[in-house]
Amino acid sequence: MPRISGIDVPDNKPIRVALRYIYGIGPANAEVILKEANVDGTIRANKLTEDQIAAIVALIDANYVVEGALRRAISQNISRLRDIRCYRGDRHRRGLPVRGQRTRTNARTRKGKRKTVAGKKGVKALK
Amino acid sequence: MPRSLKKGPFVVERLFRKVEKLNQMNRKEPIKTWARACTIVPEFVGHTFLVHNGKAFNNVFVTEDMVGHKLGEFSPTRTFRGHTTGTKAQRSVGSV
Repeated sequence: MPRISGIDVPDNKPIRVALRYIYGIGPANAEVILKEANVDGTIRANKLTEDQIAAIVALIDANYVVEGALRRAISQNISRLRDIRCYRGDRHRRGLPVRGQRTRTNARTRKGKRKTVAGKKGVKALK
Repeated sequence: MPRSLKKGPFVVERLFRKVEKLNQMNRKEPIKTWARACTIVPEFVGHTFLVHNGKAFNNVFVTEDMVGHKLGEFSPTRTFRGHTTGTKAQRSVGSV
């Protein structure tokens, strides 16, 4: 089982798919890395030679922010927005959409499960 | 889509001159402004602006982190005090 960037152990999938198990590496980045490392993307991850793995690891370490470092960078960006009391920070704080989407309907990803309010229009019909 | 780099940041000329004048005199005093769309540039750091939100002027003290944002981002235009949680008694009154 190859270990790439810390604790990631993607195993018997094609390497171009296995790489995507690393946080911060998606389909596009995976292809670029493999091309750069001169590795065929369809080889299963556990069939790679040590050299190939070393080449991939070196590329990722040198050029990509992944896993913990990336997560940290993202949460730092958000907390910066929160700290300067700007509009976007405020939206993060309230758990509402940040980029101007409507909130009258939808926005459930940010708002979470619907919280039904008694006495509001339509609630009786639900009974 | 972001603004073209060719144009540089949008800074309200008048406001910028005013800040420069204060910087030269090494003074800091609140600047009342309606220019919510004005980008905050490094020269503004440490100054206080009174940014109009359509109704009142909100105090905005500019820190280094705010550079690149617009003044209006720090002066909310809407008030939302949250929904009432509503006690049981209130709710039954409401549904009758």
